[in-house]
Amino acid sequence: MKKITSKGLSPYRKNEIISYGIAILGFAVISVLRSLGMVSSSLQGQLVPICAYVIMAVSLNLVVGISGELSLGHAGFMSVGAYTGIVVSGIMGTMGAADPVRFFAAVIAGALAAGVAGFLIGIPVLRLRGDYLAIVTLAFGEIIKNIMNIVYAGIDENGFHISTKSDYGLSAEGRMLLNGPMGATQVDRISTFFYGFILVMVTLFVVQNILNSRQGRAIMACRDNRIASESIGLNVMKNKLMAFTVSSALAGMGGVLFGLNYSTLLPIKFNFNTSILILVFVVLGGLGNIWGSMIAAIVLTVLPEALRQFADYRMLVYAVVLIVVMIATYNPAIRSRVSAFAEKYLRRKKPDAAPAEGGAD
Amino acid sequence: MKFKFKFNPNKKRYREDLVQGPIYDTYENYDESKPSIDYAVLPEREKETAPILETRGVGIDFGGLTAVDEFTITVGPTEIAGIIGPNGAGKTTIFNLLTKVYQPTRGTFFFDGQDTRGLNTTKMSELGVARTFQNIRLFDKLTVEENVKAAMHREINYGLLSGLIHGPKYRRQEKEAHEKALQLLSIFDMQDMANYRAGSLPYGAQRRLEIVRALATEPKLLLLDEPAAGMNPSETAELMNNIRKIRDTFRIAIILIEHDMSLVMNVCEDIAVLNFGRVIAKGTPKEIQSNPAVIEAYLGKKKEAK
Repeated sequence: MKKITSKGLSPYRKNEIISYGIAILGFAVISVLRSLGMVSSSLQGQLVPICAYVIMAVSLNLVVGISGELSLGHAGFMSVGAYTGIVVSGIMGTMGAADPVRFFAAVIAGALAAGVAGFLIGIPVLRLRGDYLAIVTLAFGEIIKNIMNIVYAGIDENGFHISTKSDYGLSAEGRMLLNGPMGATQVDRISTFFYGFILVMVTLFVVQNILNSRQGRAIMACRDNRIASESIGLNVMKNKLMAFTVSSALAGMGGVLFGLNYSTLLPIKFNFNTSILILVFVVLGGLGNIWGSMIAAIVLTVLPEALRQFADYRMLVYAVVLIVVMIATYNPAIRSRVSAFAEKYLRRKKPDAAPAEGGAD
Repeated sequence: MKFKFKFNPNKKRYREDLVQGPIYDTYENYDESKPSIDYAVLPEREKETAPILETRGVGIDFGGLTAVDEFTITVGPTEIAGIIGPNGAGKTTIFNLLTKVYQPTRGTFFFDGQDTRGLNTTKMSELGVARTFQNIRLFDKLTVEENVKAAMHREINYGLLSGLIHGPKYRRQEKEAHEKALQLLSIFDMQDMANYRAGSLPYGAQRRLEIVRALATEPKLLLLDEPAAGMNPSETAELMNNIRKIRDTFRIAIILIEHDMSLVMNVCEDIAVLNFGRVIAKGTPKEIQSNPAVIEAYLGKKKEAK
């Protein structure tokens, strides 16, 4: 049997290298700048949220970009993760565990809880398609937020208490963890930029490895053509549910990182606006483009702070920047310029089977 | 108010009253000593073997419209059969019935000796029916190789955890799949295109890729829906050789729908002609060419000479 080999680098391999590169480079540059004392205190405070939003954007991309279903409830899974993480970290704190142990135990618990929530919600929701799915995920996101609004939890010498009533018999020495609509209080801020970087790498590893596996191919096949994927024997529902569950679990992980960065955390933080914000990262970065989501999440988290000097016109400038970026990145004229430039200077070999793009000389 | 859920264990998944096969209504009644369908045309080498596909009075209605009716054919395990007919005769509907995109309103069909009532598309693919589409349905954003590998999901069966961490099982199976995908692509000399996106391929290559993807599911019956549509004569001639080559190497049955008569008459061992959802003629290409009913369906009725 003669050996047959294919030509060229798989497109995924290239994207993987780029996204790991962005994460490692970003971490290295910020670490060096921090050690030189060149990072402003406002950016300093944003480092962990940036990591959390990168995780959220990359995980949502698994559903919206790769599985092709519009989900508007991603912040809901983030809140499940955040509050589970806060509770676990709080309990372990009273037991006197070391910070890294607490943090990663919280991450695992948060990811599991959000994954279970995603799986349970996914079963009914993923039977819908398109706009209907978007509306129902939006509703589920709000439901999760409202449930978080009425949960009270605390720990004292009698053990762990959880209730939907504000007087749940927490003794005076007890430590309150969740306080209903007041959210989580007295949270130990144990998230660090380094932990954030590790979780970003874990997210990238999970999402990109799935992409480049049997499961990822099946998920993308179901997105590209439902009828054809059924005809080759793929179970569309199962694959979409898998993408949704993994994405929720990663969102829970991002939520833990986010939640453990603030001393108080209101449930209202995880409302519809946050879901839309994450969706904006994904859409602006390009559906299915992992490193695009990363860059969009970083830029759009830093931008509102950087625009403080515009005072009242801050959100106006933000909107204008969004629109300009949106037009520029999806403009075929600009895109073909960029690709022609890349072809000329990077000598990329174009597939000879592909129809030639106009303008190449 | 209480909601009561009724469950009847005797209730079958399909409606028995809808199934009235005109020849044998259940497989148990099937009498092997009798010729299964008296007017089935099988190539000489298949006469002794059990057919891969046997349809029995399959019909489907869409509202008041009877799209297919009394569709009864038999296909041998290595036969190349053709379904021809004017536009709107119900040819693609038959493919949709055979892959269970639609459930038949009447009749049933047996695939590889198994009654297919109540099965769905995924299950039919598992049994060994693969198809291509009239309007190409590739996974556009996946690469050519991934399109083929996506169809090989029964051989590549590592779990989610293995897919996540890219463990040894992943590496072994992916390596095998990669080699097999390239082997399959080499049937149509497409191995050099493996890393291109399927959506960027030229039309003819997309059609060929659909066939390769269908073959990757290791079918026993391959349904080709207008494989030569939009191809020039030299491409059609090449396709003709390839269809025979596929049959000979994989030892599978092929049914093709085609408007290109040179392809059908050259490659098919027997042909069913469809008009208004009914089979109007069956036979070898030679018999079909001289059949008055077929000529009438294609060219219209001859005026009576005065």
